[in-house]
Amino acid sequence: MQDLLFYVFAAVALIAGFLAVANPFSRNPLASALFLAVALVAVSGLFVLLHAFFLGAVQILIYAGAVMVLFLFVIMLLDLREEQKRRARKVAAGLASALALALAALISAAALAGGGPADPPALEGGARALGRALFTDFLLPFEIVAVLLVAAMVGVVWLSRKEAA
Amino acid sequence: MITAHHYLAVAAMLFGIGLAGALTRRNSILVLMSIELMLNAANLNLVAFGRQAGWEQGSQAALWVMCAIAIAAAESGVGLALILAIYRHRRSAHLDESPPLKG
Amino acid sequence: MTPTLEFFLFSALKVVAAASVLMAMVAYTVLAERRISAFVQDRIGPNRVGPAGLFQPLADAIKAFLKEDFVPGHVRKFFFWLAPVLVMLPGLLSLAVIPFGSRLGSQPMVIADLNVGILYTFGIVSLGVYGIVLAGYGSNSKYPFLGGVRSSAQMISYEVAMALSTIPVFMIVGDLNLSRVIGHQAGGWSHWMVFQAPLSFILFIAAAFAETNRLPFDLPEAENELVAGHNTEYSSIKFALFFMGEYSSMIAMSAMTVTLFFGGWTLPVFGLDQPAATWAAGIAHIAVFLSKVALMVCLMIYVRWMWPRFRYDQLMDLGWRRFVPLGLANILATALVLWARG
Repeated sequence: MQDLLFYVFAAVALIAGFLAVANPFSRNPLASALFLAVALVAVSGLFVLLHAFFLGAVQILIYAGAVMVLFLFVIMLLDLREEQKRRARKVAAGLASALALALAALISAAALAGGGPADPPALEGGARALGRALFTDFLLPFEIVAVLLVAAMVGVVWLSRKEAA
Repeated sequence: MITAHHYLAVAAMLFGIGLAGALTRRNSILVLMSIELMLNAANLNLVAFGRQAGWEQGSQAALWVMCAIAIAAAESGVGLALILAIYRHRRSAHLDESPPLKG
Repeated sequence: MTPTLEFFLFSALKVVAAASVLMAMVAYTVLAERRISAFVQDRIGPNRVGPAGLFQPLADAIKAFLKEDFVPGHVRKFFFWLAPVLVMLPGLLSLAVIPFGSRLGSQPMVIADLNVGILYTFGIVSLGVYGIVLAGYGSNSKYPFLGGVRSSAQMISYEVAMALSTIPVFMIVGDLNLSRVIGHQAGGWSHWMVFQAPLSFILFIAAAFAETNRLPFDLPEAENELVAGHNTEYSSIKFALFFMGEYSSMIAMSAMTVTLFFGGWTLPVFGLDQPAATWAAGIAHIAVFLSKVALMVCLMIYVRWMWPRFRYDQLMDLGWRRFVPLGLANILATALVLWARG
């Protein structure tokens, strides 16, 4: 059952991810954004299969619910219509994709050849343990991320002023 | 039987797709989306390793992933604001036509 | 019967039952909306079909099916078709984690008792924006487009306020599981979260109005500015799907409110706040839950017809500069009180 679910989620994530970056049917950025949202939901399914329930929920909440909606918002705001027709330069594009896919094939071949302990230990605990760790051992990264978010927020507000730079 | 290695393979392929997208697409929004895909592949790797290593390291992996998600959200926010600002000047979200970063 | 088979069988049964109850409630919520609006505006409302107009939803459904399904020539076909389908999903999916009763026989009356239940619900609620944004984009004309853009900004903003407003509840309970939240509220009226965390409740219910696009925050379809906003170009059964989507997310949101703040299926009289031992008590719990949800829905309808609409800048101002700081202050105050109590 779990194996079947793994193959389903993995296939959906890979196919939707591929359609997001290179859709043969339409060059509409909104379609790409939707496929990316599907891929992100599938990755959250993989998180759940790895027993990271909290992360699975956070993934849907932040990525599919907020980040992708931001993308949709900007795509609709810019209404990029005329740019759909342009073609990428063929040779460079082919070379880059070939390189990237070769890298992916190399890493996955190495990963699959490795084998390993078949049954990892079961995870216990959930939000409570994570929260405790976040505010004790991980306090410094947590604070750094908080500062980063504030900096990003100030930057975004400044960038989106009408008379900016 | 599915082991962590299968997850690593999926993550590698996802990363490859994202990398190919980031290198080949010329629309800046699609480049940003490809980068999100690569970040997700990295997160999947972390979670798979954390699960393999047991609970203690697993929760550490989960916390790093949470940091990565927060950073990714900040990154896409800033990136989209930049795209909007550039679009206002050049009427284009195309990377080939974005302003040269000088003067 | 093996435990796995039993699990799948009963889960499927619960899903079917919850979905059909939701659909019936949607139909009669529309009727309630029309009757209550008539009451507020000193009219009579629909009372011709059946006794006191009780068969009106049936007539509405037949009308929606028989009307011509007109698709304007300028729409982007794929997105135009996808949007009404997506609109229905969040309301249905978020029911999965809400406990709608204690237990019947040996079966717990919740479809999936997740230990991160509330985060799952927020995730699903935040997906609700896709249907509206796609409708705006797919319709490919001015007013729906403006509705879609407005909706995406509004939903992101109020999600923040909503998440912040519920944190004190979980600080008091000490768990994210919705069954535990209900268990914590059993045993007396004063245990209900609405009395323990009143500010949370006010922030939550206001954010819930915004997330379901109801007045006073129905900016995406503000009819005197945007014709009908995101569903301007839709007709017949596709329009009916938008309608049903709005009401099902409203019911789901009411169910969330009841679970978080009004004790879910518990009632501190007649010993109804302990998990049911008999079938009669189990059915009584479901009835208690459904009546609480119905009361919440009536409150939402009443507010819609009593309040004027906010302006868009006022909406953003309220969300970011009033609710977010208030929510943060509320969390801090709750933390201080909990710390002082030991």
